[in-house]
Amino acid sequence: MPHLAAPPDAEATAGAGRLAARLAGVSRVYAGTGRQPPVHALGPLDLELSQGEFFAVVGPSGCGKSTLLDVLAGLSPPTSGTVEFEGRPVTDRVPEGVGVVFQDDASFHWLTVRDNAAFGLRRQGVSEREIAERVDHAITFMGLKAFAAAYPAQLSGGMRQRLCIARTLVLRPRLLLLDEPFGALDQQTRLLMGDEVLRLWRDTGATVLLITHALDEATMLADRVGVMSARPGHFIDVVTTGWPRERDSTIVARPEFGEVTARLWLHLRAESMKAMSMTA
Amino acid sequence: MNATTLDASPATAWRAPLETAALIAVLVLLWHLLHLVVGGDALPSPLAASRRLLRLLASPDFAANAGETMRAFGYALLISWIGGLGLGMLLGAHRLTGDVFEPVLVTLYAIPKITLYPVILLLFGLGISAKVAFGALHGIIPVVLFTMTAVRNIRPVYLRSALALRLTPAATARYVILPATLPEIFSGFRVGFALTLLGTLIGEMFASQRGIGYMIVHAMQNNEPQTIVALALLLVAFATLASSLLLAVDRRLRHAA
Amino acid sequence: MSRKGRPKGECRSAQHAGSPVTRAGWIRLGVVALCVAALEVACRLRWIDPVSVIPPSRMALGAWSLLASGEYSQDILLTLENVAMAFGIALVLGFAGGVLLHRMPRLRRAADPLLASYYAVPTFIFYPLFIVLFGLNRWPLVAIGVLFAMVAMALNTLNGFERVPAALHKTARVMGLSPVQETFLVTLPACAPYIFTGVKLAVVYAFIAVIAGEFVLSGAGFGFKIAFAYNNFDNPTMYGLMLLLLLAVGFVNWALTAWERRLHERSAGGCP
Repeated sequence: MPHLAAPPDAEATAGAGRLAARLAGVSRVYAGTGRQPPVHALGPLDLELSQGEFFAVVGPSGCGKSTLLDVLAGLSPPTSGTVEFEGRPVTDRVPEGVGVVFQDDASFHWLTVRDNAAFGLRRQGVSEREIAERVDHAITFMGLKAFAAAYPAQLSGGMRQRLCIARTLVLRPRLLLLDEPFGALDQQTRLLMGDEVLRLWRDTGATVLLITHALDEATMLADRVGVMSARPGHFIDVVTTGWPRERDSTIVARPEFGEVTARLWLHLRAESMKAMSMTA
Repeated sequence: MNATTLDASPATAWRAPLETAALIAVLVLLWHLLHLVVGGDALPSPLAASRRLLRLLASPDFAANAGETMRAFGYALLISWIGGLGLGMLLGAHRLTGDVFEPVLVTLYAIPKITLYPVILLLFGLGISAKVAFGALHGIIPVVLFTMTAVRNIRPVYLRSALALRLTPAATARYVILPATLPEIFSGFRVGFALTLLGTLIGEMFASQRGIGYMIVHAMQNNEPQTIVALALLLVAFATLASSLLLAVDRRLRHAA
Repeated sequence: MSRKGRPKGECRSAQHAGSPVTRAGWIRLGVVALCVAALEVACRLRWIDPVSVIPPSRMALGAWSLLASGEYSQDILLTLENVAMAFGIALVLGFAGGVLLHRMPRLRRAADPLLASYYAVPTFIFYPLFIVLFGLNRWPLVAIGVLFAMVAMALNTLNGFERVPAALHKTARVMGLSPVQETFLVTLPACAPYIFTGVKLAVVYAFIAVIAGEFVLSGAGFGFKIAFAYNNFDNPTMYGLMLLLLLAVGFVNWALTAWERRLHERSAGGCP
């Protein structure tokens, strides 16, 4: 699938040594207003993503998972520490080569599926012919070819998320950030979407960071899983799953699956209780 | 207004206008019954009113009067819609400014603006500018309020997507904010249309020797109930037709919302 | 419009807790004060024709002396009575109309274009017709007020009913409530905030219609007195009355809006 592949000089094997992104000593503090104290939402935390790896982040509610993604994407500046993407610093703009899929449905309800997918490319002034090719490939890849002329309102939740992924895919991101993209979907759809994401990951050779609250999803999809503490979040453990690159949701049958998931929960249980008492 | 979005198939598309026509027929019937009860001096019959209306339409100076009203209304509508849109976008985009001015606008909306009329007359004098000012004053406020609310309530994920897709602020405004808020802005346009017409007519009733508003006042002073009702009928017909058109556009804008 | 600066879960209403006057409120006060001051200066320095507009200070003095003299209390009372009656009748008819439209969706669909154009027609043109019907008393005025206010009440009542989640209706049936019980114990409390919006608009529109009617057509009442002052070139009285009207309507609107907001917050959990 040449149209979806990353640029030729990217190495498609996980842990190949080159860093896709790096967070060093990053923390994010939301300033207080006159009436509210400042909120220390994240960090200080460190993270290194190798080119082409699949990294999942799990943690209790409110630990700053989404803030982590915002900082990494350049949507939100860190209060301290440095953020780098492909060796270059990330400041207050989203760098070229980074794609984000949000938890909420971000499909533009006034555009058809095809126009939605083409949106990012059109704003970049790419030729209509190339747009048509790339959009067609992305839509077919995400299984939406039959609905190209439909509007998001006519699609199910899962299909809309696939559309959002297609919209990002078309831009050929080298780093793909997914913020609980399947949070609003039912379990079976989630599992199938997980397979889709794995397929996408292998075909594009991109680096993927997935935020999820579902431990089994993290275990199933990722090469490494980072466990965050309660707020202010930092990594208390990073578990390597050791799965082969060619994997899908049937990996749940392996005994190691249960072990990894159990290990994640053992870390997470105490932090989750801490987080719950904070918000009580 | 949601019950109708499901009836999109062509087979049922003609049903709504037909039902409206049926409702209008029932209302005309009730009108006639009421006429029979209270007498022709209080309420002329539908037939009498229609006859008078046709005669009015054929009369030589009607065109001039109608033209006068339409001219003033046209200017006022332009100000209401475009001025209101711009102002509303500004107030919606900048949270603090919106917070500061919204209660002011809401209060202005609640004042019987007719009592501000002396001020308008003193400032603009008698003539078309007073009419336009009065019409615009009535119509601009709902447009601003609706636009402001629409921009403020835009789904945050759209704005984050615009950032993630690396759009410039101008591109964001044009390709994301505007289409996302268009249906609600258009609702404001519809309300603005009705109120601008009202304001223009009221303005004509006092500041003018020409125009449909003036014709109404003249009929009121000379005790010509048939003319009053005939003109009211004309206005209702015009406003309803225009509203239906705007409503149809509105529905098309919401096809996917 | 962006919530970039706040972490998840913190709503704006939390920022209002504490001081009763928000930062926006202070700025608004400042802006209004500035405008009034500017107008005062402009009038005193004769940049604005003194025949047309008098300085705000004289407006305020005029308003005060009007109140103090008691000359206008009769008219104020009259107007308030008219408004109250128009409002009361509009409330009942509007509510009934809203319920009717809710229960009959076909009627509602058919009436859509008509309702949309309702407020384009100046309803007080029917005043002479009402005089013939009711006589030369307050009822034509009240009737116009009712016509003006009742549609807003009906539309908002309808809106409220439509926003009641189906789950509440099912719960009522599971609990074995009769239709009447369900209406009073479940439906009405659930759509109270939206119905209250209708009530607020009914008050406001009744005010507008009655005063506008008095201004144009009547021989007594607050609106009439404004027109009288205008026709007699009595600017201080006219502006004094207009200022009183502005303050009164502003106050009523503010009070009702504050109440409305509290109703909305209570039912929606505080986050819009």
